[in-house]
Amino acid sequence: MQPVVKRILFYGILLAVWQVAVTVLDVSVSLLPAPTDVFSSLYTGFLDLTLVYDLVASFKRLVIGLLIALVLGLILGVFLAKSKTADETLGSLIIALQSVPSIVWLPLAIMWFGLNEAAVTFIVVLGATLVMTINVRTGMKNVPPLFIKAAQTMDYKGLRLFWKVMFPASIPYIVTGTRLAWAFAWRALMAGELLSTGPGLGYKLKFASDFGDMSLVIAIMMMIMVIGVIVDLLFFQRIERNVMKKWGLDT
Amino acid sequence: MFLSINNVNKQFKNRDNKEETVLTNIDLQVKEGEFVSILGPSGCGKSTLLSIVAGLTPQTSGELVLQGKTLKGPGKERGMVFQQAALFPWLTVEENVMFPLRKELSKKEAQERASKYLSLVQLSPYAKHSPHELSGGMQQRVSIARALAMDPALLLMDEPFGALDEQTRSRLHEVLENVFLETKKTILFVTHSIHEALKLSDRIVVMGTQPGRIVDIIELDFPRPREKAREELLGYEERIKALLKTEIDKVIEKEQQYATRS
Repeated sequence: MQPVVKRILFYGILLAVWQVAVTVLDVSVSLLPAPTDVFSSLYTGFLDLTLVYDLVASFKRLVIGLLIALVLGLILGVFLAKSKTADETLGSLIIALQSVPSIVWLPLAIMWFGLNEAAVTFIVVLGATLVMTINVRTGMKNVPPLFIKAAQTMDYKGLRLFWKVMFPASIPYIVTGTRLAWAFAWRALMAGELLSTGPGLGYKLKFASDFGDMSLVIAIMMMIMVIGVIVDLLFFQRIERNVMKKWGLDT
Repeated sequence: MFLSINNVNKQFKNRDNKEETVLTNIDLQVKEGEFVSILGPSGCGKSTLLSIVAGLTPQTSGELVLQGKTLKGPGKERGMVFQQAALFPWLTVEENVMFPLRKELSKKEAQERASKYLSLVQLSPYAKHSPHELSGGMQQRVSIARALAMDPALLLMDEPFGALDEQTRSRLHEVLENVFLETKKTILFVTHSIHEALKLSDRIVVMGTQPGRIVDIIELDFPRPREKAREELLGYEERIKALLKTEIDKVIEKEQQYATRS
C-alpha cells in the first residue's frame, strides 16, 4: 500500500473514532466538540473571512520577524565564526539563551514596547535569531579547509574568498538554520499572540477560549498544525534535501 | 633556472611543544618544461614541500625563486591539484573551471578558455553537470583543467591520483602525459608510487625521512610513452626500492618505539 493511502486511511479512521466517541458518550461541546463542529467552525470562519484575516495578520508578523532574525543571525553567526573572543564570550551567552523559551521574554517586551505588534515581533525575532546564529556559525566553521586552500591558489583572498567560497560552502547549514528559525518563529508567534494582542491566529484562539468556543479553538489548532507541516515539509525540507544532494552531503 | 628551491627548512612545534624538523636543507633546481616527481615514504615532508612551493605553508628558512621572482604566498603562476578534487559543489563543472578566471576575463572569454581545457581532459560533454554527478576520476580531471585554466607557469600536483582505483589511475596517467606534452607545462608531482614516478617523470627526487631531505635525484632519459622502456625502468625501480627501504625501515622502527613506549 502507498504511504499516502495509508495516511488517508489513518486520518479517516481517527476522525471517525473521534466523531463516534463524542456522539456515543454524549460529550459536552464545551469539553470536546465533534469533528463536524470543528469543520463547521472552520467553514464559517473562512466564509466570513475572519480566519483568513487572522491568518494574514499572523503571517505578516511572522515574515517581518523571521526576516529580521535571518539577517541578524547571519551577521552574528559570521561574527562568532570569525572572532575567537566573540565566540568564547558572546557565543556562550547565545547558547545559554537558547535554553530559554523566547516567550518568557514577553513581560519585558511588553514593558519595553507596550502591548502591541512590536512586542510580539520581538519575541519572534528572539526565538528565531539564536538558532539561526548557531547554525550559521557552525556552517562557517565547517567550510572544508581544502576549499579555502584551493581558492587561495587561485588568488582568492579576503572578502572575495568569503563571498565566493566560505558563504556558498556554508549554504547547507544556512538552509537548515532557516528551517529551524521558521519553526521556532512559528511557535514563538503563536505563544506571543496568545498572551498579548491581535489580530492573529493565537489571539483568535484566546478569544475563542474566553467565549468557551472549543470548536473554534480546535479549528485554529488544526490550522496552526497544517500550516506548520505544509511550510516545513513542502517548502523547507524539499529545499534542504536538494541542497544537501547538490553539496554532496546526503551520503 | 626556472624554479630554484634554495636551502629550504621547515620546523614546527608538535603537540608536546617540541621543535620537530620536517624538512632540512632542500635544494632543488627545476628546468622549464620538466616533469619532476617527488617520491618518498609517508612522513618525509614531500607534501609539505609542495605546499611551501604553492605558498600555502610558510617555510622556516630558505628561499624559493620562480622565473627570477622570489615567492611569497600563493599566486596564479602556480596552479595546484590536490589529492581530493576540491571542486565547488555549488558550481557546475564549467563554472568550476572558470572560477580562477572570473576577475580578469569576461564571461565569454572565460567560457572559451574553460571549454578548451575541458576538451583537453576529454570532459567537454560534462560542462553543465554538477561535480557530484561525476566519478572520482572525472572530478580529478576537472580539477586539472581548473588548475591549467589560469595558465600557470608551474603545475603542482599533490598525490592527485592517490585516492583513485588502479584502472582509473592508469587512464589518468595517460591524460596527464597528454596534457604535459601538449601544454609543455613544468610539473612538480608528489607521489608515493614508484611506478607512477617512473611512468611520468623526467626526473625523480627521492626523499627520506627524519628529517625530510633529498636522498637522491634520478634522471630518466627515455622517450614517451614509457611502456617501451619497461626493462630499463625495472632497473631503476630496484634502485629506488633499495633507497626507500632504509627510509621505510626507519619509519617502522620509530613507530615500534612509539608503540612500546605508550
